Amino acid sequence: MSTPTSFLELRDLRIHFPTDDGLVKSVDGLSYKLERGKTLGIVGESGSGKSVTSLGILGLHKGTRAKISGEIWLDGEELVSASAEHVRRLRGKKMAMIFQDPLSAMHPFYTVGQQIVEAYRIHHKVSKKVARKHAIDMLGRVGIPQPERRVDSYPHEFSGGMRQRAMIAMALSCDPELLIADEPTTALDVTVQAQILDLMRDLQRDFNAALIIITHDLGVVAELSDDILVMYGGKCIEYGTAEDIFERPEHPYTWGLLGSMPRLDREPTERLMPIKGNPPSLINVPAGCAFHPRCAFEGRTGGKADTEVPALLESSGGHLVRCHMPPELRRDIWENEIKPNLESS
Amino acid sequence: MVTYIIRRLIGALLMLVIVSMVTFSIFFVVPRMAGATSEDFANRYLGKAATAEMAAVAAEKLGFNDPVPVQYGRWIKGVFAGAEYDTGASVEQCPAPCFGYSFVKRQPVWPELIDRIPVTLSLAIGASVIWLLGGVATGVLSALKRGSFFDRAAMSVALAGVSLPIFFTGIVSLVVFSYGMGITAPGGAYTPFEENPAEWAYNLLLPWITLAFLYAASYARLTRAGMLETMGEDYIRTARAKGLPESTVITKHGLRAALTPIVTIFGLDLGLLLGGAVLTETTFSLKGIGDYAVQAIMTNDLPKIMGVTMVAALFVVMASLIVDLLYAVVDPRVRLG
Amino acid sequence: MKKGSALGLTAAGVVLTVGLAACGGGSSQGNQAGQTGGDKASAPAAQEAFNAGVDKVFNPSDAKGGTLKFAISEDWDSVDPGDTYYALSWNLVRIYGRSLVTYTPAPGAEGRKLSPDLAEGLGESSDGGKTWTYKLRAGVKFEDGTPVTSKDVKYAVLRSMDKETFPNGPTYFNDWLDLPKDFKSVYKTPDVNTDSAIETPDDQTIVFHLKKPYAGFDNFAALPGTIPVPQAKDTGVKYREHVIATGPYKFEKVEAGKQYTLVRNENWDQATDPVRKALPDRYEITLGVNADDLDNRIISGDLHVDLAGSGVQPAALGRVLSDPAMKARVDNPTGARTWYTSIIGDVPPLDNVDCRKAIVYGADRVGLQNAYGGEFAGGEIATGLMPPSIGGWKKLDLFPTGTGDAAKAKEALAACGKPEGFETTMAYRADRPKEKATAESLQQALAKVGIKLTLKGYPTSDYFTLYAGKPEFVKKNGIGLATNGWGADWNDGFGFMSQIVDSRTIRASGNYNLSVKDKEVDALVDKAMLETDTAKRDAIWGQIDQMVMERAYVLPSVWSKSVLVRPQGATNVFVTGAFDMYDYLGMGVQQ
Repeated sequence: MSTPTSFLELRDLRIHFPTDDGLVKSVDGLSYKLERGKTLGIVGESGSGKSVTSLGILGLHKGTRAKISGEIWLDGEELVSASAEHVRRLRGKKMAMIFQDPLSAMHPFYTVGQQIVEAYRIHHKVSKKVARKHAIDMLGRVGIPQPERRVDSYPHEFSGGMRQRAMIAMALSCDPELLIADEPTTALDVTVQAQILDLMRDLQRDFNAALIIITHDLGVVAELSDDILVMYGGKCIEYGTAEDIFERPEHPYTWGLLGSMPRLDREPTERLMPIKGNPPSLINVPAGCAFHPRCAFEGRTGGKADTEVPALLESSGGHLVRCHMPPELRRDIWENEIKPNLESS
Repeated sequence: MVTYIIRRLIGALLMLVIVSMVTFSIFFVVPRMAGATSEDFANRYLGKAATAEMAAVAAEKLGFNDPVPVQYGRWIKGVFAGAEYDTGASVEQCPAPCFGYSFVKRQPVWPELIDRIPVTLSLAIGASVIWLLGGVATGVLSALKRGSFFDRAAMSVALAGVSLPIFFTGIVSLVVFSYGMGITAPGGAYTPFEENPAEWAYNLLLPWITLAFLYAASYARLTRAGMLETMGEDYIRTARAKGLPESTVITKHGLRAALTPIVTIFGLDLGLLLGGAVLTETTFSLKGIGDYAVQAIMTNDLPKIMGVTMVAALFVVMASLIVDLLYAVVDPRVRLG
Repeated sequence: MKKGSALGLTAAGVVLTVGLAACGGGSSQGNQAGQTGGDKASAPAAQEAFNAGVDKVFNPSDAKGGTLKFAISEDWDSVDPGDTYYALSWNLVRIYGRSLVTYTPAPGAEGRKLSPDLAEGLGESSDGGKTWTYKLRAGVKFEDGTPVTSKDVKYAVLRSMDKETFPNGPTYFNDWLDLPKDFKSVYKTPDVNTDSAIETPDDQTIVFHLKKPYAGFDNFAALPGTIPVPQAKDTGVKYREHVIATGPYKFEKVEAGKQYTLVRNENWDQATDPVRKALPDRYEITLGVNADDLDNRIISGDLHVDLAGSGVQPAALGRVLSDPAMKARVDNPTGARTWYTSIIGDVPPLDNVDCRKAIVYGADRVGLQNAYGGEFAGGEIATGLMPPSIGGWKKLDLFPTGTGDAAKAKEALAACGKPEGFETTMAYRADRPKEKATAESLQQALAKVGIKLTLKGYPTSDYFTLYAGKPEFVKKNGIGLATNGWGADWNDGFGFMSQIVDSRTIRASGNYNLSVKDKEVDALVDKAMLETDTAKRDAIWGQIDQMVMERAYVLPSVWSKSVLVRPQGATNVFVTGAFDMYDYLGMGVQQ
């Protein structure tokens, strides 16, 4: 087992939850790497394991009933085997997280300023006064007007966009090297979404942090991500650069995601093409390819769909796909059956 | 805020007037609807040898012959302007607020009520401190150790605490701890706080614990449920993600939110108790407001009933006002206007 | 307060019945309520036994000192001697007040005899029983040192007749004294000459004039109303806050509804008082003590006496009767109180004597006894309205006392013309479990002979004023039966019977006589009143009892008994026949 050179590296991470109904395999053998200054987009439906992974990186499953195996390397340190206390000290300082719904993610009884000050003072031995000044600075940097006044407001007194900015300010207050944003724009309306994404891009550049954006919406990661990881049923089913995923996607699930993506260049009245069926059960994972019950191309796998679990294999330079269909067939289907449909619609 | 308080105070006053009217009606109008005459009323307050003439004289003297609104008006007037009372040998003044004269004891109600408030206050405050600390601590631990032996044991005890009546637990604990082991004071013991604080606490210890047990049980359950709910909130995850130590997460973020509804219930419970901890007072023979209420009702002593009802209602109304104000302080999302 | 080692606690199953039963057990070295110290173990231990305080004195002693601790679960009407009508109060009042005559502090029937107290002797009658003269003892003083004169007695009696100010006390003086018409009260008409009712020819002599002769006037003279009250110190209703003592004890502290403490009255002189021994130094009387707690404290020795004198609560009953050591501390006197059901003839078919008899025959008399708590806590199955402790009582044997005689009941129903039975309504006090059980027992037993009862419960507080005691209500609602109970004002025929059998006492509401409306009974009452010979008078009351039973106006359940727990650490403990509770005048504290 070697110390990885990447800033963040996951190796065969598994996070399982024992329940009365059986073992829930939320994350089941996930590996990826991420460098400083780079952005990884993790895309998947709810229940695909993308949020559980990020909570796992932050060590928030420690002390619960979750069973974690594999390795998480952050800047040369392995976190799965590290003590809960040690990981706690890294949380908020070395790695920080932006949550989905800032209204429920911020404590309703404390002012925005108090919550930022609290985050800052855990990791910095400074007076409240200094911390407050820092909080005002941070609020200013995320584009909140009159931060010296708004610092004393409560979360419910902010608009949705302002709240998400405050949330970002709180996450960035300790200058983290890894920033995980879990559905950062889902709760916001479209114009505000764009502003927040712009803000995050700017901040990432300023802070030179490694950024993970978790979303179910490919549109969010399209503009921000260097690399994109598509998750399904606790596993990575396709990984590649943003260009790989958007221009040369090879997994039928990714095709489905692209088809169901609302795009600014489409007429809003047009019907999206949702993926049929429901996300898989994480307790009784379908035999063979987890996606096969929903896959339109199941018949072209040579009968392996429901018997063999497909491996994650490199299709072309760094582009990984987990599918039984041969790469040529996949490319052919994309070029001739899927892509024209997407473009014509 | 100020207008809110003024509005609430006016509402509270109205509430008290309504309570007084309803109470008055229950005891003065309803029996008349059942066929009671003025003499029947008077007969309640006479010895067993009372003759019809005595009943008539007493009915006149106690004012039962006047129309009910006049009787009510006289009572209200007494509250605001005071009243006079003929003791036979002389005429006594009953200065405002005069809640009337006991028909049975022929004494003004108000001084006796005032005299009893410290007892109930001592009982309620001491017990509430114990049950709040004990109940909340147990509830928090239970919630954090959900499903553990401690949780199961604590919740079973809590169920027992909620189910067992105080006149049972009280009498049993007196037998065991006071008369058996001799480590607590016997029933009826009370020393005013200002006289001897140590003795005050010693005498009230058993009633406090007995009463607190009852409430601590329900507070433990409430706190547990509240903690379980808040500890699953997104902002708890946020607090952890910030790197806060778990103890801070639990107290500053979890408990703070879980306590909010408890503060509300606590305020109302305390208000109700201040209006008389009836069962505890009668079980431990403490001469508080609750014991007074029991006496008043047992003897059908209308002015006493009116007086004690008004005092109890006042406590409850004030408590709910304070709770609402407090709620706004605790939860910034609540704005009073 | 230290606890004795005799107090054993069983660890397991601590419920009410556990723990305290271990104490007592014939030993007097458990905790003593008196805090006077001294080596308890060396004190002569009296032999505890069931009924050791009935008809004899338990643990006699003349030793002085200590504090007697009394408590009561509620409160009574008043400590003002002019305003009280409770037996416990009449028993207690004697420690601080001296009436003209009083009940002899002696066990059993001896306690019903009157002894001169403030007076030198019993009353001397003249004018055929219409005039009664008493001579006061010389040297009796109030607590402030002022000598007591006959004028103070006269004032006290006249004052107690002001029912507007003192509504609680009895009305015997109002009913019998020959007062001028223009006299209203000592407060409203202080200048009216009242010599036609009471004369005080000198400071030591008092003469009462009655409207009609009454041979038993000494019983009136024993009423607390004759305890002298100094006019200068009388504050009307507020006098109860400081009653001026003539007895050996005076009030030290009066906390209404909470506590009374009495201490020795230095101006009481033993030489003037042959009745009292005045043993304790101090009395502490706590009011409003939880009834179950009170029993436990008496059992544990923390308190001496339940002032109410009516026996232990159901919670303690099983424990004291089942444990032999505890039962040895029980006194079980029969009281001058009968629990009964009135059979109200106003409502057909109960206007027919045979229908009334059918009810008495059909009733399960053992069931009724059990309804009141059985042999010890309830009492003896009553065969008459008048209880055995009343002078003139004789055992009646008119009806069977078994579990109901269906054959006789059917016979009576046939004679009444209702062979198939009939329906009627029975009233009881809903908040009294014993009366509810009585009603249910009757309902079951009578159903067997075809008499169908509809049971209706009413609140105790208004039972007599609004419901069962209000003839108009009774008729309107067709109430044929009503449970009831009556205790004697004092233990003679007049004291027990006059309020409940004389139809002329019946008024619009608030009646205790619910069913005896018989001219022949009224005539016998009049005859008894006029009879000056005690034995003959008693015989007439016995005759009245028989007539009431023969005509089936009442169905008696039990002559009540009470289960009293004898105090630990007290001396001269006995049940007085005057009140059927412990005598509060003679009791002392073990030294």
